[in-house]
Amino acid sequence: MGIALGLMLAAGLLTANAAAQGELRFCLRTDPKTFDPLLAAEEASETVRYLTGGVLIRFNRKTQGLEPELADSWKLQDGGRRIDFLLRSGIHFSDGTPFDAEDVLATFRRISDPAFASAIADEFRSAGEGIKFSSSGRYGVSITFPQPLAGVEFLFDRLSFSSSRSAQKEKAVLGPFYVTEYKAGQHVLLRRNTYYWKKDRQSARLPYLDSIRLEIQSNRENELLRYRRGELDFIDKLDPELFERLRKDMPTSVVDAGPSLDSEFLWFNQAASAPIEEYKRAWFQSQRFRRAISAAIQRSDMVRLVYRGYGRPAGGPVSPSNHVWANARVQPHGYDLQEARRLLQQDGFRWEGETLRDKQGNAVEFSLITNAGSKTRSQLGALLQQDLKKLGIRVNFTPLEFQSLIERITKSQKYEACLLGFTNMDLDPNGQMNVWMSSSTHHAWNPGQNTPATAWEAEIDGLMKTQATAANPRARKLAFDRVQAIVSEQAPILYLVHPNVLVAVSGSVRNAAPSALAPHLYWNIEHLRLTDDRRTGREH
Amino acid sequence: MRAIRLLAIVFLLATAAISLAADWLAPHDYAEQFRDHAGEPPSPRFPAGTDELGRDRASRLLHACRTSLLLALGTASLAISLAAIIGGVAGFRGGWVDSALSSLMDLMLSLPWLFLLLTVRALLPLNTSPSASISATAALIGLAGWAPAARVIRANVLSVRNSAPLLYARACGLRDYRLLAVHLLPNLKPVLRAQFWIFVPVFLLTEANLGLLGLGILEPMPSLGSMLAELQNYDRIPSAPWMLTPAFLLLGIVTSLHLAMAEAKTWE
Repeated sequence: MGIALGLMLAAGLLTANAAAQGELRFCLRTDPKTFDPLLAAEEASETVRYLTGGVLIRFNRKTQGLEPELADSWKLQDGGRRIDFLLRSGIHFSDGTPFDAEDVLATFRRISDPAFASAIADEFRSAGEGIKFSSSGRYGVSITFPQPLAGVEFLFDRLSFSSSRSAQKEKAVLGPFYVTEYKAGQHVLLRRNTYYWKKDRQSARLPYLDSIRLEIQSNRENELLRYRRGELDFIDKLDPELFERLRKDMPTSVVDAGPSLDSEFLWFNQAASAPIEEYKRAWFQSQRFRRAISAAIQRSDMVRLVYRGYGRPAGGPVSPSNHVWANARVQPHGYDLQEARRLLQQDGFRWEGETLRDKQGNAVEFSLITNAGSKTRSQLGALLQQDLKKLGIRVNFTPLEFQSLIERITKSQKYEACLLGFTNMDLDPNGQMNVWMSSSTHHAWNPGQNTPATAWEAEIDGLMKTQATAANPRARKLAFDRVQAIVSEQAPILYLVHPNVLVAVSGSVRNAAPSALAPHLYWNIEHLRLTDDRRTGREH
Repeated sequence: MRAIRLLAIVFLLATAAISLAADWLAPHDYAEQFRDHAGEPPSPRFPAGTDELGRDRASRLLHACRTSLLLALGTASLAISLAAIIGGVAGFRGGWVDSALSSLMDLMLSLPWLFLLLTVRALLPLNTSPSASISATAALIGLAGWAPAARVIRANVLSVRNSAPLLYARACGLRDYRLLAVHLLPNLKPVLRAQFWIFVPVFLLTEANLGLLGLGILEPMPSLGSMLAELQNYDRIPSAPWMLTPAFLLLGIVTSLHLAMAEAKTWE
């Protein structure tokens, strides 16, 4: 598939010409909450930011490598505390104002202000308050952090710059498109930025497209209907049912981009403060018990029956699509009922008829909560019930209204086990600090610990700190590989499935190369183009 | 019309009898997953095919029907009892008691019951067996749903209370409980019966709504509501029309209940 997409890309480039062409259309699920690139947090705003914003370094979603964008070059200095950029010269914002070091410094003035609430600013400030920044000449910029900020280059892929001089502020952008019209609840219209700096191999100015219309449409059925009618060019994140439905009618227009970074998993409540019976806490705190449960789960059945084959059994927090950070040695726990029985016996469990009992004779039974309304999780729960029934364990599967679920897992701790999913946008393990640090309130199985409850949690804490501060990429990788190995071995979270990224791309779109990494469809937006018949068809 | 009513009653009785005998009639355990046979069409082994997890749809349908019918009948009994007590006391006592209970009825009618159900349900213990979850769901729906009938019953009690026979009985010195037992209740029977049978289809549909939201009876116990949730994958219906069986069954039960009651004397 990679070769085919490569050829598509090459073919597209060979036929490129200077003339811009056509309007690409796809849907946003909600209205964007902001057009300020520093405040973009939710999906719709992030989409607009990606399509309109210029960044210093771009993370290539296909090669998973970093590429210079508005920065001609960059260098990490002082053990990762400082990063020096040399900016490209001759770049202009969409309103014609020039881009130089002053614009980068103006953005960092906002970011370094502790009162400025922004997700991307928080990440830059995670190395501590007091970011220093200076320019050297018109195109040289140095950013110095109080402490080394590991993987800082990746953060620059998500930092878009506004003009410090333009009266249009965030409307003056450096990306391939700019926002020209927004009608709440209807659409966002983006026009081609004629000042965009990139050119194709034939020196034709990019992007190829004239405009992008982002239709605001929350109903997936309507989206599918409009796609079938040819009114939309993309559908992102199809669920397996819709994907199969579309595949039947339009087999060439659907793409399985492989395992996503997301995962479905379950964990047991090990918190000392949780109001659960002591004997149950003892089960949940036993590594053998957790590993036995994991060995009894048929992950391949989950993929086959719930995801219709569009997924991958999960072995850990990092999807195999994350080529940079996945530890290849960590594999999903295999289905092995004998092994599960052996582990339970070693822990003093025994069977009375078909019921599993612990040392004190308590029947092994626990509740498993999840959010109501998710058909996928409802089916995963039913499969888990049957899988664990084979071990003599009764699972009381209880979907709860979402707010109530969150209240239980984050505040009251009134639950025994929880089945949830994790939507991951970030390749870098820094984004998972709050999951793995034992002191974090998001440390699912035992949150907010004053001191790590177990030796292996203490080791994870140390490793996560190492990977967050080490400037050497290899040291970071080794540290996070070990974290993944510990998580697999100790199984505080039982990873189940990485669902695949399923998308639809109209045959009229050329050069599309869907990626498992977000944004799946338009990461190479400047190279996308529409076929001639499509353009004329839509114009009529 | 009489023939149609008879047909409706026969259908209801047959459905009730068959679903009550689910344990003996069902070809398989309703929870058993035949994972290598998922999504299969009807066959001698699986008379109504299998669902997406490979569970025998016929067995699940029989148990679902029993679950939903018992739940609706139980809920209706609870709701009508509450309605009779609260509406009856309000109408019979009058004065500040009537005002207070009428305000309570207004409050219950104005509450968004779905949110109320969701909130109360979230507070229930998590480790409940499927049968306990049926009881809890029935209790919740019943506690939230009695008010419309209470209003009707209060209005009837008010009219009967001031009727000549009751005034005469009161004048003869009959105590309150005798008045209630001998004069009031027999007069209310038709209303109570009618309200009960109005409640049954309403609560059947309420359970179906909760099931569709994933908040009804807990897995793996099936109910008509949880089986209807399967229809969200409507694209499969043309190739697997047997998926519609729970929908048709629910439609048949609700329609039959209305037809059976429409011709009943209690309505006349």
